[in-house]
Amino acid sequence: MSDQIVIKVNDLVKKFGDFVANDKISFTVRKGEIFGFLGPNGAGKTTAIKILAGLLAPTSGHVEVAGYDVANHSESIKKEIGYMSQKFTLYNDLTVYENIRFYGGIYGLSNQEIENKAEYYLAELNLQNDRNRLVGKLPLGWRQKLAFTISILHEPSIVFLDEPTSGVDPITRRQFWEMIYKTAAQDITVFVTTHYMDESEYCETVCILVDGKIKSIGAPEDLKKKYDSEDMDEVFLKLVRDKEAYEV
Amino acid sequence: MQNIVQYKNVYKSFGDTRALSDISFNIHKNEIFGLIGPDGAGKSTLMRILATLYIPDRGEVFLKNLNVEEKYQKVRELIGYMPGEFSLYPDLTVEENLNFFASIFDTTIEENYELIRDLYSHIEKFRNRKAGQLSGGMQQKLALSCALVHRPQLLILDEPNTGVDAVSRDELWKMLYKLKDQGFTVLISTPYMDEAEKCDRIALMQNGQHMAVDTPEQIVNQFGENLNQIDSSNLYRTLNELRNHNMVKRAYLFGQNIHMIPKQGEFEWQEVKKSLENKGLFSIKCKKIQPDIEDCFIKLMEA
Repeated sequence: MSDQIVIKVNDLVKKFGDFVANDKISFTVRKGEIFGFLGPNGAGKTTAIKILAGLLAPTSGHVEVAGYDVANHSESIKKEIGYMSQKFTLYNDLTVYENIRFYGGIYGLSNQEIENKAEYYLAELNLQNDRNRLVGKLPLGWRQKLAFTISILHEPSIVFLDEPTSGVDPITRRQFWEMIYKTAAQDITVFVTTHYMDESEYCETVCILVDGKIKSIGAPEDLKKKYDSEDMDEVFLKLVRDKEAYEV
Repeated sequence: MQNIVQYKNVYKSFGDTRALSDISFNIHKNEIFGLIGPDGAGKSTLMRILATLYIPDRGEVFLKNLNVEEKYQKVRELIGYMPGEFSLYPDLTVEENLNFFASIFDTTIEENYELIRDLYSHIEKFRNRKAGQLSGGMQQKLALSCALVHRPQLLILDEPNTGVDAVSRDELWKMLYKLKDQGFTVLISTPYMDEAEKCDRIALMQNGQHMAVDTPEQIVNQFGENLNQIDSSNLYRTLNELRNHNMVKRAYLFGQNIHMIPKQGEFEWQEVKKSLENKGLFSIKCKKIQPDIEDCFIKLMEA
């Protein structure tokens, strides 16, 4: 991880009607950092990710991603990022290889590059014998690993992963995180959301969003000390509970 | 222990996908029984068979000694089923939904109000709001109220906590313990291993089979391997070095630590530590620990 800043968010506000989804949030993310974005449902995580990915315009505030201002360079940003959404985004009725080929084409890779990448990643994912299988027939964990791979096919500066391991078995979940570590070691910034608190321990920086505001941000070690907690689960419960009586 | 549910050699396939393979276990009366496993393990299929929504290809399922396939009408009165997807009517109000579910079971909200009071009191002030406009947490409370309103004996909850944050998950468990105190039996499924420990008994499921059925304590007691927790400030590098060491059988990430199982016999931590130091990894700590359910699940998957 270097000191170079790849995401700069300053007083970001996003409103939908009179509902404030993001309320003056500010943070920075460094190159090659694993940045965990946590918060209860409805805290505004997906909204913020969509803004960072150039899919939604902010109401006010300044957001810079990979050196581009999201307000007027959302198209340039899309070339610099990978995005794996909560909902599965590969084509179930295309094969593993066809999906790689298709997305490689969309990202503007040459045929030769696509061939090289396909060979490399099929070996990496241990999918050589499954290259002609329909993606819809693969177990969920394999599909998620493939979707992640495809989201970094064009070697983006930043990859956004929105709950990538939801419902995945414990072994595949760990393999997925090892892929995240490898990706970050190649200086690709990983911006990830999860509901598994043990996974937040794997992040270098964790940002906890509650009701559209940043409740706390820092390294898991520091947050645990600050909130006198055994693990991140306890930190999370303390921060979220303390907000009010919740809906109960 | 009195059984309320019996699964006997149940098989179910969808096309060429086998969803369940020779499933047999019992659920005791008044316990919280958890089906623990990832997506695709067969948890929902097992629940839907009990809820009389699927017919097994082979085998039988009994609820209070009633064959669920033959006596499906009687069985439906005895169960409250909450599917994984929100399945109330989004364009009916909170109150209309609840009235609807009460009336199809020939009862009223008033008749069973005591039962749902704890839950319903949280959402009653929104009684005229459409169900589709409630937040996730409130939708869940309404769905649970609707599943309870006809006073069933068994509650079947299919992944009520998936995609739900840690605080709301905690609240649901508090409600389930209350229902247990009132005499209910609960069958719940979850992909979160840490929820297993909250159940009285669990089935660990993978690929349509159960790898173990027991109390969480018993499953942990049967782990039978020397488990160590490794502390390191560089988890990923330490993990890779441990895996390359010839005294290490298995090493995997576990929250803020690494869990490591040495090969049988001549394990010497000092020796492993020295070789880590040779790779520039210092002040790595190792201590023997008790496994939890996730360790057991990983071990059973790799067996």
